[in-house]
Amino acid sequence: MTVITDALCPFCGCMCDDITVAVENNKITEVKHACKIGAAKIMGHHRIKAPMMRTDKKGDFKEVSYDEAIEAAAKILADSKRPLMYGWASAFCEVHKKGIFLAEEVGAIIDNTATVCHGPSTLAVHEKGLPSATLGQVKNRADVVVFWGSNPVHAHPRHMGRYSVFAKGFFNEKGRKGRKVIVVDVRKTETAGMADEYIQVEQGSDYLIISALRAILAGQAAVVPDSVGGVTKEQLVKLVDTLKAAKFGAIFFGMGLTQSMSRYKNIDNAISLTTELNSFTKFVITPMRGHYNVTGFGQVCAWETGYATAVDFARGAPYYNPGETAANDVLTRKETDAAMIIAGDAGAHFPADSVRHLARIPVVQIDPYWNPTTEVANVVIPVAICGVEVEGTAYRMDGVSLRYRKLVEPEHPTDIEILEKITERVRKIRGD
Amino acid sequence: MTLKVNLITGRTINQGVTIENKTSSDYQEATACCELNSKEAGLLGKPGSNIKVKTKHGEVVVKLKENNGNPDGLAFIPMGPWANAVVDPDTKGCGMPGFKGIPAQIDATSEKVLLMKELIARYK
Repeated sequence: MTVITDALCPFCGCMCDDITVAVENNKITEVKHACKIGAAKIMGHHRIKAPMMRTDKKGDFKEVSYDEAIEAAAKILADSKRPLMYGWASAFCEVHKKGIFLAEEVGAIIDNTATVCHGPSTLAVHEKGLPSATLGQVKNRADVVVFWGSNPVHAHPRHMGRYSVFAKGFFNEKGRKGRKVIVVDVRKTETAGMADEYIQVEQGSDYLIISALRAILAGQAAVVPDSVGGVTKEQLVKLVDTLKAAKFGAIFFGMGLTQSMSRYKNIDNAISLTTELNSFTKFVITPMRGHYNVTGFGQVCAWETGYATAVDFARGAPYYNPGETAANDVLTRKETDAAMIIAGDAGAHFPADSVRHLARIPVVQIDPYWNPTTEVANVVIPVAICGVEVEGTAYRMDGVSLRYRKLVEPEHPTDIEILEKITERVRKIRGD
Repeated sequence: MTLKVNLITGRTINQGVTIENKTSSDYQEATACCELNSKEAGLLGKPGSNIKVKTKHGEVVVKLKENNGNPDGLAFIPMGPWANAVVDPDTKGCGMPGFKGIPAQIDATSEKVLLMKELIARYK
């Protein structure tokens, strides 16, 4: 038996780097220190064994060779006038680079899972920048921590323990006792239950409440009504006092802001609030990124194309306009005529209208597991799991890049090998 | 009776644990459910009974679940294909569909909860 220590977890944006994994005969037999979600991901389960194809989406799949599946995938992309290449967040930056190269080759739209997660945060950062810090800074310094529309107990189970609430830091030797924790949410989540203060807001009223906080902070409390979005003025004034009194404050926000009414404007406003708090004390704001390397796709896509996501190569040069070029925009407009879904599951996580269009067009899926995207796919190519069977680079939610090791030898080809072969075949089909 | 609610969707820990195992009954159990506080859930039936959630974007049958963290009038379905059968596809010009804040109606039903395969087959 081999014991691997300090392995990184390939599930969420926390990228916990203290995982211990026991390996026997190239099989992972035990995972220690990971949360329930991370352990399930690392342990894995029954996989798609071989590539599969079908012409009729209502029919059964037939197992084929990798060469046949790669040829079919290349033909679908080469024949398409408006291909969409979506997913990427459960794969490494090295995979993203190959994917962006292929997207440029076929004139595709390339978009990642941020489009249904923190895509609006990216738009807000374009407008206002991001006064942020590493999670290490938060651990060592933060004495006031706000979770706004995020529920780490469920979505990032070790975030509070490792970085933001319970962790003892250089300037915070008391850990939890040295921090004031505030949760702002529409329902009393388990995270809210652990907070010093829970502020319940009416769903969809975040923009109003942040605006009220900014007004109070600017000394204009007189213009704020007695109640805003279900929160009393008294509570809002008290909250501003708490935020101002922080030595180092950190706001972590989630999909409660990105997916509610006002979308990216909520984040834009929250970033402005954070910036203004810096006139009084030190304050930072960080998105609670979901998939472990969704941040990495934004990084790679930005340095390769100039844009972080939803990049359209149809014109030959990168073009970007979420609302027009994001995955759900082109699917609900029935504009795209073929799709490759890789390291993400559009079938499960897109609205019915989008999945309905995926069911009508040729779909290539590159993924280790059978999921709702498989149900609408024509060509399915199983691959090795990044972070378990493949080494590579990913970016934590705070933008820190870390290198994953391989824990066991893969039985399937890697995403990179498949993308390279598809690109090579596309070029041959197109006669380049 | 018909319960009128504001529907939100989102992450849960068991949705995360089973996210790479979406053909399993555990995934269905984790995501094909709708949480209401016990007062409102009691108007529809017992926890674990079937309810139909309808919005102008679609309808879906899921299991009733209690969560007393929810205020009156707020329903929560974990993210996944059952939730996405009824969410708002409009991205409001920024790429993000409406996964939260969808007006919905909920009724008790004797119809069954579709398996993941059956649910997606409706789109073919």
